[in-house]
Amino acid sequence: MQNLGHVNNNHNDDKVIDACSIFGAMNTLGHRFSGEGVIKAIANMHDRGNGLGGGFAIYGLYPEYTDLYAFHIMYLSQQGKQETEAFLKDNFKIFHQEDVPTRKTIKIINPPLVRRYFVDINMHQPDNALHNDYILDKVMQINTRLCDSFVFSSGKDMAVFKGVGYPEEIAEFFCLEQYKGYIWTSHGRFPTNTQGWWGGAHPFSILDWTVVHNGEISSYGINQRYLEGFGYHCTMQTDTEAIAYAVDLLVRKHKLPVEIMAKVFAPPFWDDIDRMPPKEHELVQALRQVYGSLMLNGPFAVLIAHHGELIGLTDRIRLRPLTIGEKGDMVYLSSEESAIRLVSPELDRAWIPMGGEPVITRLKIGNEQKDGSIKEAIPA
Amino acid sequence: MGIDNKTLIKIDTCGIYYRDLNARLREVMQNGTQKIELTNVCGQRYIGTDLNKKVDIEIHGTPGNDMGAFMNGPKIVVYGNAQDGCGNTMNEGEIVVHGHAGDITGLSARGGKIFIRDDVGYRAGIHMKEYKEKKPTIVIGGTAQDFLGEYMAGGVLVLLGMNLKAGEKHKARFVGTGMHGGVIYIKGEIEDYQLGKEVGIVELDENDLTVLHQLVHEFCAHFGCDADSILNQKFIKLFPRYLRPYGRLYAY
Repeated sequence: MQNLGHVNNNHNDDKVIDACSIFGAMNTLGHRFSGEGVIKAIANMHDRGNGLGGGFAIYGLYPEYTDLYAFHIMYLSQQGKQETEAFLKDNFKIFHQEDVPTRKTIKIINPPLVRRYFVDINMHQPDNALHNDYILDKVMQINTRLCDSFVFSSGKDMAVFKGVGYPEEIAEFFCLEQYKGYIWTSHGRFPTNTQGWWGGAHPFSILDWTVVHNGEISSYGINQRYLEGFGYHCTMQTDTEAIAYAVDLLVRKHKLPVEIMAKVFAPPFWDDIDRMPPKEHELVQALRQVYGSLMLNGPFAVLIAHHGELIGLTDRIRLRPLTIGEKGDMVYLSSEESAIRLVSPELDRAWIPMGGEPVITRLKIGNEQKDGSIKEAIPA
Repeated sequence: MGIDNKTLIKIDTCGIYYRDLNARLREVMQNGTQKIELTNVCGQRYIGTDLNKKVDIEIHGTPGNDMGAFMNGPKIVVYGNAQDGCGNTMNEGEIVVHGHAGDITGLSARGGKIFIRDDVGYRAGIHMKEYKEKKPTIVIGGTAQDFLGEYMAGGVLVLLGMNLKAGEKHKARFVGTGMHGGVIYIKGEIEDYQLGKEVGIVELDENDLTVLHQLVHEFCAHFGCDADSILNQKFIKLFPRYLRPYGRLYAY
């Protein structure tokens, strides 16, 4: 067991006061920006984590390969790499592949190999839904059947970079200051129930969905079993993985709006439901009945992202913090306001949303390529 | 007061780690310092913790969590917003925030006063307690999120709701859940379902009005608003219906 006190401070005491940190930034015009600010912001919340996990998700990352699925895969052994590369070759058309560039740093010890592959599907049907299901299926096969291989991300024009270390150390290791994106999310980890390992760092991702999370999901068991029935297999030993798959199931497969997804994860209390007008009452009650197994029990603040949207949500009694900053076309979501102010000292608006009410930031209309609607933050 | 250079200390806190900053504050307190001005504050935690003397601390920026935790005497004025846990278990002193504050404002406070100009997050005043002349006080200019005064065991909480629009009600739910001491004064209306099971609503009596009058005037002196126009409006008083709500739970 690592001496966390030693890792955490040099003041010769054993006090470790931790919580995870989350930070997200989005340019609502879809303009790509460098990650330097995001790295600075998450580093400002260094003391919330303990160096056992850090990670980033970036959208608008690979403009040269926007139409290809970008697989970022971690290998814990050469055998794993061989097996998985053979599998990829059999199942995909690979346009480009390389090791994810890293630099040698003092802090990142014994990193696994992380490679990226830009692939397309050998399939004649133009149906996008089928393509996505195919990707999902292959990701699950790699994670569950192939040895020592874990898919960090599998969406188009986005990727997840993560590992064991403080987030700013992971950023340095993966040279993230060199990348640009129009949405960034980031995470500093303080593992609560499972070990700190590379696969257990946040964000968790499937297709272009990513989730970073502060808290712990005590309903993990029931959520995971429910998702199994739809072909999602949890292999990363961390509760947050289940949230990523639940988002994909609800929004992509079941085509629910994200506002409804939020009501599944953080449903209103029954006595609040009893006071709702009949139609709303019926809807929310039906959601609790149908998706009771996807309710997230326990404290959480999460940032959920995919192309065109960045969503913040906490549990309904807000046992973990989330604060919002808006400045021009930029929206920031963070565990602490100070991290936002470090990047953007003068905000147009700084506010704290209600527990269980999603903060949804969307690309503004008229943006090239990306579909989406007017940015809308649901107020407290 | 006439503060000269000797007794005024200015610290640019940019890049200073919170432990080093708080060590510095303890150190300058030894030299008869009367006022400390902190600029570029950005997330440093526990500012003002375990300071035992009267001193004015002015904060420009965004102080980190647990500002003024265990504080015993200083007055902190923040020109910006406070994060979570401000005034955590403070014993004496004053915190004035020219902005909003995050969750658990004034948790477990045992004395001192906290004035927040705008809103507060969840669980403001959770488990404040009082003993004899020690009576913690929180005055909130805006509105509060859920669990205001949760498990409150003593002290005074005032919610002014000044930023609510005409006809708009406080949204906080579970107000006073588990409350078993102290008092909450609320300007504006609140529905029964928004209250915890342990609280009752009554009109303010003479005693209450005296306390409220004093606190609202102090609040207005800090933030420059008109006390009379606030005091003219209707307030309600929340009180704990039972001092030991679960006293018989384990003793049947």
